[in-house]
Amino acid sequence: MMNSNAASSSTANPDAAGSPDPPAPRRSSKRPKYSKFTQQELPACKPILTPKWVILTFLVVGIAFVPIGITSLLASRDVVEIVDRYETDCIPVANRTDKVAFIQSNASKTCTRQITVTKHMKRPVYVYYQLDNFYQNHRRYVKSRNDEQLKKRSKTSETSQCEPEDTTPDGKPIVPCGLIAWSLFNDTYTFSRNKRQLTVNKNGIAWKSDRDHKFGKEVFPSNFQNGTLIGGAHLDESIPLSKQEDLIVWMRTAALPTFRKLYGKIEVDLEENDIIDVILENNYNTYSFSGKKKLVLSTTSWLGGKNDFLGIAYLTVGGLCFFLALSFTIVYLATWRSFLPVMEQKSRRALSKFLEPE
Amino acid sequence: MAGNRRKKHHFSRIHAFSCGKTSFKGDHSLIGGPGFSRVVHCNDPESFEASVLNYSGNYVRTTKYTLATFFPKALFEQFRRVANVYFLICAILSFTPLSPYSAVSNVLPLVVVIGATMGKEVLEDWRRKKQDIEVNNRKVKVHCGEGAFDYTKWRDLKVGDVVKVEKDEFFPADLILLSSSYEEAICYVETTNLDGETNLKLKQALDATSNMHEDSNFQNFKAIIRCEDPNANLYTFVGSLELEEQQYPLTPQQLLLRDSKLRNTDCIYGAVIFTGRDTKVFQNSTGPPSKRSKVERRMDKIIYFLFGILVLMSFIGSIFFGIATREDLQDGKMKRWYLRPDDTTAYYDPKRAAVAAVLHFLTALMLYGYLIPISLYVSIEIVKILQSIFINQDLHMYYEETDKPARARTSNLNEELGQVDTILSDKTGTLTCNSMEFIKCSIAGTSYGRGVTEVERAMARRKGSPLEEEVTEEQEDKASIKGFNFEDERIMNGSWDNEPHADVIQKFLRLLATCHTALPEVDEENGKISYEAESPDEAAFVIAARELGFEFYERTQTSISVHELDPVTGTKVERSYSLLNVLEFSSSRKRMSVIVRSEEGTLLLLSKGADSVMFERLAENGREFEEQTKEHINEYADAGLRTLILAYRELDEKEYIQFNEEFTEAKNSVSADREELAEEIAEKIEKNLILLGATAVEDKLQNGVPECIDKLAQAGIKLWVLTGDKMETAINIGFACSLLRQGMRQVIISSETPESKTLEKSEDKSAAAAALKASVLHQLIRGKELLDSSNESLGPLALIIDGKSLTYALEDDVKDLFLELAIGCASVICCRSSPKQKALVTRLVKTKTSSTTLAIGDGANDVGMLQEADIGVGISGVEGMQAVMSSDIAIAQFRFLERLLLVHGHWCYRRISSMVCFTLKMLIDKLG
Repeated sequence: MMNSNAASSSTANPDAAGSPDPPAPRRSSKRPKYSKFTQQELPACKPILTPKWVILTFLVVGIAFVPIGITSLLASRDVVEIVDRYETDCIPVANRTDKVAFIQSNASKTCTRQITVTKHMKRPVYVYYQLDNFYQNHRRYVKSRNDEQLKKRSKTSETSQCEPEDTTPDGKPIVPCGLIAWSLFNDTYTFSRNKRQLTVNKNGIAWKSDRDHKFGKEVFPSNFQNGTLIGGAHLDESIPLSKQEDLIVWMRTAALPTFRKLYGKIEVDLEENDIIDVILENNYNTYSFSGKKKLVLSTTSWLGGKNDFLGIAYLTVGGLCFFLALSFTIVYLATWRSFLPVMEQKSRRALSKFLEPE
Repeated sequence: MAGNRRKKHHFSRIHAFSCGKTSFKGDHSLIGGPGFSRVVHCNDPESFEASVLNYSGNYVRTTKYTLATFFPKALFEQFRRVANVYFLICAILSFTPLSPYSAVSNVLPLVVVIGATMGKEVLEDWRRKKQDIEVNNRKVKVHCGEGAFDYTKWRDLKVGDVVKVEKDEFFPADLILLSSSYEEAICYVETTNLDGETNLKLKQALDATSNMHEDSNFQNFKAIIRCEDPNANLYTFVGSLELEEQQYPLTPQQLLLRDSKLRNTDCIYGAVIFTGRDTKVFQNSTGPPSKRSKVERRMDKIIYFLFGILVLMSFIGSIFFGIATREDLQDGKMKRWYLRPDDTTAYYDPKRAAVAAVLHFLTALMLYGYLIPISLYVSIEIVKILQSIFINQDLHMYYEETDKPARARTSNLNEELGQVDTILSDKTGTLTCNSMEFIKCSIAGTSYGRGVTEVERAMARRKGSPLEEEVTEEQEDKASIKGFNFEDERIMNGSWDNEPHADVIQKFLRLLATCHTALPEVDEENGKISYEAESPDEAAFVIAARELGFEFYERTQTSISVHELDPVTGTKVERSYSLLNVLEFSSSRKRMSVIVRSEEGTLLLLSKGADSVMFERLAENGREFEEQTKEHINEYADAGLRTLILAYRELDEKEYIQFNEEFTEAKNSVSADREELAEEIAEKIEKNLILLGATAVEDKLQNGVPECIDKLAQAGIKLWVLTGDKMETAINIGFACSLLRQGMRQVIISSETPESKTLEKSEDKSAAAAALKASVLHQLIRGKELLDSSNESLGPLALIIDGKSLTYALEDDVKDLFLELAIGCASVICCRSSPKQKALVTRLVKTKTSSTTLAIGDGANDVGMLQEADIGVGISGVEGMQAVMSSDIAIAQFRFLERLLLVHGHWCYRRISSMVCFTLKMLIDKLG
């Protein structure tokens, strides 16, 4: 057997002659480098859903959610909220057939309301107005403003996007321009208890970031509500926009057609059965689109205003989890003997599979 | 080298049947008619007549795009995705005031997505371009006038050029062989790239041109070739050569095809007849398709659905918007006064509410655009690229020996890997390593050889026997000699002399050393001998004989010389046998014989062949070892080995002379049935043989192939083998890789039966075709009946079908039946199938069963199949790069398929689908 490889390898098929070289150390090997990442050997874990695990998980979720739900529901229940719908009542009975005509007339629109406090209200008591069927989210409306103009004095003449409330007929820029500012809410409320005036604090009702950054300290209203069609409130031209908190609140547009906006804060406690007299100027026209107007007094809890939804949602989910845990337990106890081996086998296979990815 | 000496061989002796004169057959009357209109002016490509014809050049392009077509074509590809069209429309609209948001935020993602995907296309096409450049700039010697040959680039070849191709070069175009360095103007051609067959093919030029052996002969050579138009059929060719007012018929025998290789021949001269895209190999190829995975197609459907929702939402929204807008201003009264409906633009104009609604519809389409997940496409691209990196970096798919890691060439099919239902595999080079090993033999009723085959190992492993361990160890320290994996101290190193039937063993080995058509090549430096054989099996025999002490070292035109180990003296003696006749191998004869006269003067007929034809030719007194040999053959076949029976016979002088006369006469006859005549005469003398034994050659499977197939089968993946090889070989491999098992019922559909042969000979071609088709149909129906009636106890069915039958089985009216039968069978093997047929079968499976198909192959003949299948996997082996270039994923070994499909495919699919689901879930969240 003296013949070497060289002679015989070209024999059978010369084509394959060059293939199995002796594995000499190659300088430029294409061998992939080993790393746990590229070889997909990084340790990983993945839950294996055995009945015990599932039941336990549901149980834990249930145990966690039900107390949370109860607490938030309680917190929400603690909040005292008084809502007074006034848009119809504040129109004299004689004018109720044509409310729009009345609201657009120059007649006195002052109206008094009495509110009975149903429960002790801890200060601060927040005063809101609530509008209904008012589409602050309309695409035309929501874009009809110019943030540059609101922010910088130098950009006073910047009124793009503001049509048709951009300039006066003689071409002077309106500050603040746009439909939002133009339609500023202009009902006013004064409160008194036992003939004694209750002061409404209107400072700090807007977002601080809005006051500091979005509305300029040197920007003063000008040419505002000078047109033929008056939308809403007038603004004091001597007060910079950053101090016009009603405007700032209004210009943070609501996402839904029913919304509340903060009017002010009453900084004293209100006792149960207190009678609050409200004198309001019913100026704002919601009648042409048949929207409601409501005055809302409300306290807050640590969770915010009155809102039962969160608590109910937690309770529902928690309850569902308990129910599922219970029913799975029953099913499991009834049948575990029959599917135990299958489960075990499956989970073991799954486990071994991902431990040794081969 | 040794070539000059070899030039003098008279090959008519070796190739008794295929060499000789050809006659005009029926087809040749068609020349000049429709479909046969090509005219080639040989050696005169610049002439006026040739320039009128204006055949295309030899430049080939396999890229998807050219510089000019890239943008339109690539953009078209991109905008076949609905989502992209949608985003394009949005991007255009976003420049109008309709847009609810700025144009940049709309255009940018689109540009990024399309830019990234197009960049990927460019990169992939650039790789193809580089390959093209390499091929087009290969050089070949072309006759440039005055009898001088000069190197020219392939791309500059013209129809009619006379080229000189040297040993081991590829043919640059389809050529008509004019002459070769051999006197009889024959040459050997390797067509692995075309049909996957590994044995060399013999081609022979016309007598009229065969005497031009020198460059200078071509100075004044002028001829006109008329032939068929370019077509995809590799095995037929009809043409005629007009030389000096004389017509000569041209057949496939003279045709050298592009991408095949010249072997064992120093050089040939040929005239270019088909160039570039006209060549048969290009006619067989189909353009690189753009493949998309099922997940992607499913995703498209989801996006259609989402788009529907989007339109619906926008439509309903617009209606309400229109109504609300119209009501804003009635009789001059503003309803929603804060919107100033009295002073507005067309978008909100209550007076033209319908227009406003339409415009709002367009805006809404953009506004709700997040419903169409453009980000999903980007994330999927990114995830897939990462997955490709994981595939490329996998050490388990890195092949040390060739230094080749796996390569995912297109990343968009990763997850499809986990969905494969049917694998269509090539055989040679994919399942097997394309090398034969002499591993066992049975001589005089005793079985020798302790080698263990892959199959046996796999079987042992399946049974859980510990046999495997020791065997593999043993395996490693030997296997040094390619083609020889035989180990048995009883007959190695000359010790056969002590065996009981030493004389039989001697004859057996002598037969191995003499009965073949291989050519020895002596390495001049160290005197070592290597062989060039037509097929690797033959080489394995000669090597086996050499290793066992019978070293064949020289062939002259009349003799074969062998170094023999003399049992008496224990020394090597030279013996020379004068070679009288070679009755060569053909697929119908299934045997080959030589007639030699030994130094002692005895006339010997040495014969080897398949058991099916050999046993019946044994003499009464030659059946001494028949029982044991048959038993051994069955054992070998079970072990997946290819067996041949060896037998001999002494002839007496008179008998031989008579035979020789008849045989020579038959060979020289000009009639069309010359071959049959010669075969008949040969048949007469090949009888009364005395059995010596049997050989067993392993068509070596690649490492781990049986295990891999087994695993894939466990995973419920079906494997079809499509091969260009002979049916016997294919069946053998079927056994070797446990596709076929004992106890399986084989449904063999073949058109290679004697009846069909006679049919083919008949004049009326269409009638013959119809009859053949009827026969195939009949066989199919019978198979189907078997399938329908089969009960479990009879075992599963295996379908084996050959290329010719496949042609008929793939016709429109039959293919459903064929498919039904094929799907019902546990294994399917298609043999002798052309590249086009492979592609057609793949398409049939893909479209009719709508299951995911994966094609795996390594040669250029698999390209069509790889492109047609849902996933094409190329084996980056030794057989050139064509398969890899057209594949989607390239791996180095078949066994890596297991990890690719079952691990990566699984992971990729799971991960992609969770990602898609998650992204869609986020969309729903956004909607909420």
